[in-house]
Amino acid sequence: MSALLAMIRRDLLLVMRRKSEVLTALFFFVVVTSLFPLGIGADTALLRKIAPGVIWVAALLSTLLGLQRMFAADYADGALEQIALSPQPMVLLVAGKMIAHWMVCGLPLVILAPIIGIQFDLDTSSLYILMGTLLLGTPVLSLLGSIGAALTLGVRGGSILMSLLVLPLYIPVLIFGAGAVYANSVGLGTSGHFSLLGALLILALAFVPWVTAAAVKIAIE
Amino acid sequence: MTAYISTISSQSSLALEARALGCVRGDKTLFSGLNFLITAGDCLHVRGENGVGKTTLLRILTGLSQPESGAVLWNQQALNSQSSAYHRDLLFLGHRDALKEELTALENLQMYAAIDDVQLLLEDAMAALRRFGLRGRENLPIHCLSAGQKRRVLMARMLTRQARLWILDEPFNALDAKAVVELEGLIAEHLSAGGLLVLTSHQAVNIANVKVLEL
Repeated sequence: MSALLAMIRRDLLLVMRRKSEVLTALFFFVVVTSLFPLGIGADTALLRKIAPGVIWVAALLSTLLGLQRMFAADYADGALEQIALSPQPMVLLVAGKMIAHWMVCGLPLVILAPIIGIQFDLDTSSLYILMGTLLLGTPVLSLLGSIGAALTLGVRGGSILMSLLVLPLYIPVLIFGAGAVYANSVGLGTSGHFSLLGALLILALAFVPWVTAAAVKIAIE
Repeated sequence: MTAYISTISSQSSLALEARALGCVRGDKTLFSGLNFLITAGDCLHVRGENGVGKTTLLRILTGLSQPESGAVLWNQQALNSQSSAYHRDLLFLGHRDALKEELTALENLQMYAAIDDVQLLLEDAMAALRRFGLRGRENLPIHCLSAGQKRRVLMARMLTRQARLWILDEPFNALDAKAVVELEGLIAEHLSAGGLLVLTSHQAVNIANVKVLEL
């Protein structure tokens, strides 16, 4: 457990020292989601309809921006080897990096979502549903993305390859995340969507850290 | 290509052994049938021309890379069967310093202590940095330090890591004459305390009873 906390503290400290990279991803999210209302105009019915999809797609893309950073810097300066040579379990150390990534790239999206939602004229209950889906969905994005980030370490043009690897894996999260907000707006129940998002999260938590740890070990061999 | 070194010392169980190690990169056989045994207090100096496989050998000894044939044994057991215990005893410093540029020298030491699960008091970390001439620079970010000063931070890490086996790739690079003497002193301390050392270096090393392995 101390390994997990040590890794989270380390990565958060590194982010605090280099804020610009994180702020870029957040700014991207805010700007992209703000461009849609500006471009479409004051058609509130249409905005309300496209809001979940637009906000979720922007969330996927801004998560992707931060993913490259998860292992690449540590790979380049040799720190990843030192992490692999730690006596503590590699799975916990890698999981710490994923949690740190989510705290930096996922959690702020959850907090920003209501403000973004207002631009799309979403009502209060839709905003709550949007935040809820993001809260369950963004950790899955960080987890699944870590596999792509680890597999493309040391590959030339790795970031493009990573997008191609990871984005298809994000489709279920996108469907159920955006679907919940839409279902709520037309008066249908959302518990099914939340259950499925929760199931995806549990499934990802159960398998991804091991897969990513194995991928990292292959990359540094 | 083969070196038989030392005999098993009966009083200590610490021993790093290579049995018939072979390594192939592409079509080229870097080395094969490599045997050696070092025990507590031994220093193994791996020598050879550029590209002969020194770094590859060190990475195989750490377990980061797998040999094509043969096995590495720590205390008579294969590495794969005891990686956590082996990593607790091992400090590997490669040609990249693995220091985080954004963090200070002190934060780097503390960060690695936390990851390596080593208890490190603030006073000990400060004392280690000061011993290697970094007084007043403990709280400077690493990117403000020179190449030699970064190696000095690594020397402070070697001191605070409490590892029994050091595997060092070119530890004398970028060091000034004074730092070379300090590092040799640090290594002598480590060996006399019953530690083991495997290192590569192009310079002649001034370490007592060093064993040489020519690749």
